[in-house]
Amino acid sequence: MTSAQAIDKLERDGHGAYVESYDPDAQRMTLNMGPVHPATHGVLRLLLELDGETVMKCEPIIGYLHTGMEKECEDQNWRQAVTIVTRMDYLAQFSNELVYSRAVDRLLDIDVPPRGRYIRVLMSELNRLSSHLVWYGTQGLDMGAMSALFYGFREREVIQDFNEMVTGLRMNNGYIIPGGVWEDLPDGWEPAVESILALMSRRIEEYEELLTFNPVFLERTRGVGVISKEVALALGASGPIARASGIDLDLRRDAPYEVYDKLTFDVPTLTEGDVYARYQVRMIEMRESLKILRQVVDGMPGGDYKNMDPKLTPPPRSELNRSMEAVIHHFKLMTQGYTVPEGEVYEAVESPRGELGCYTVSSGGTAPHRVHVRDPSFANLQLLPPAAIGGLVADLIAVIASLDPIMGGVDR
Amino acid sequence: MALPEILTGMKVVIRNVFRRKETRGYPEVRRQPFPRFRGRHVLDRHPDGLEKCIGCELCAGACPADAILVVGAENTPEARFSPGERYAQIYQINYLRCIFCGLCVEACPTEALLMTTEYEISGSSREDLIFSKDQLIIDTPIVRHWDTKKEYPPESSFDIKQLGTKR
Ligand code: SF4
Ligand code: SF4
Repeated sequence: MTSAQAIDKLERDGHGAYVESYDPDAQRMTLNMGPVHPATHGVLRLLLELDGETVMKCEPIIGYLHTGMEKECEDQNWRQAVTIVTRMDYLAQFSNELVYSRAVDRLLDIDVPPRGRYIRVLMSELNRLSSHLVWYGTQGLDMGAMSALFYGFREREVIQDFNEMVTGLRMNNGYIIPGGVWEDLPDGWEPAVESILALMSRRIEEYEELLTFNPVFLERTRGVGVISKEVALALGASGPIARASGIDLDLRRDAPYEVYDKLTFDVPTLTEGDVYARYQVRMIEMRESLKILRQVVDGMPGGDYKNMDPKLTPPPRSELNRSMEAVIHHFKLMTQGYTVPEGEVYEAVESPRGELGCYTVSSGGTAPHRVHVRDPSFANLQLLPPAAIGGLVADLIAVIASLDPIMGGVDR
Repeated sequence: MALPEILTGMKVVIRNVFRRKETRGYPEVRRQPFPRFRGRHVLDRHPDGLEKCIGCELCAGACPADAILVVGAENTPEARFSPGERYAQIYQINYLRCIFCGLCVEACPTEALLMTTEYEISGSSREDLIFSKDQLIIDTPIVRHWDTKKEYPPESSFDIKQLGTKR
């Protein structure tokens, strides 16, 4: 069977078939990379057609991590669904919670108190930092710089500790909820963030020393996996990938949500569109996140951290012994939850990977009618074939790492 | 050759060799979780020994993972388990399902259900991980203030400097 036939057959059979073949006449090899492969960052399967070392055709096959989370949301009430959306893009859990909560906030037409907004920004910016640290580590690892992985994960651990300190869990926190955040920041959060800021500004220097001018790294990333502005626009790229290809787009600046309009920060934009440009954009973004965090810590207002409407928020525990009304509200909220007026909204935030959107439909009940998440990893993964075709297999690895896809978000 | 750049990179690596070690020798060295950590549940008692749980099933209703099973029954004068009318005859938490979201703790109206910082939950069979009431209920009552979790409980050994500073 020639590889063209093999791929035809594969397309006929759906993607279940496992075909690896070599076509001696055309000297083409069909090869499956993944779904279990350390360099595909999760269960991504790539169907490759190779001419020697050159990638002639590359088809991402997804769905191996499909868990039906969007559907699952419809079985939960509005408050419980937070625990589901946070599991989609598991490295950007706060962005997921934020976009869902914002959508529900808008359907409910409620205000989030300023402190709640600041805490939301604080958590999602720290999350951006930790997500980029994972990307830094894996990008380095895939280029053979194993120390980068250790350093990236080591510093991420500090942020995970902070997450644990504030929310009680390290991942899948379920902390940002419709109306604000679940609990107030604990005592001592300020010195903790200060120490993260001080540590990270030093460590980012070190990361740069390690990789930015390293000739091996430059050789492997410069001019590799180029995505032109036109292709990026046509395929709906967003986030650092779009910005590395010259698309000046950042929802934090262009459609400010929460308190981003009060914060000053730069949006790095480069035009090269190669792996190195994406590396640089993310490195600058980490620094900008530190700037934002600085302003958030300085500007953190006092007051409520969530909307205290008794129809939405359970009453304080001590009230339960005193007031019958509080008991009724508590039981109603805990058994069926609150209702959300009929309507549909689309909300979008800038997650570490790009535009994270949430399209939410309410039929007026206590559970979402539909929650659809536009995950940036999914859209950005489409850029893999144009970036990889014509390059070497080794470059393909670099390109995957630089696209930073999170399969939990791609498949949902 | 670009020797200077490679040497700069190597300097970073060598500097890091002499940094504090980040790994812990688990299980000899255990990590102290933060006070808010959401770990294994316990069912609390009143100071007089009666169970706080009144079998209201609110925790089961609030659970997004359907991990809790409560079957309530009436207290009788001969067999009194909790103040009030009802108590939980069967109470199970399935740790194969639980996602440690803490919604059940928020839902419990009597502060009977609490989460501890214990994170070592493992078992050798599925049945092992369905914790029944006698595994969950504790003998010594816990005094904890759940109105706000802003303050750490006094017994916490948590040190803020744990986080980042001296690395
Ligand atoms: S922590 Fe969450 S998942 Fe676990 S039992 Fe409680 S409500 Fe259910
Ligand atoms: S633990 Fe609390 S919520 Fe659950 S049944 Fe007992 S009293 Fe009700």
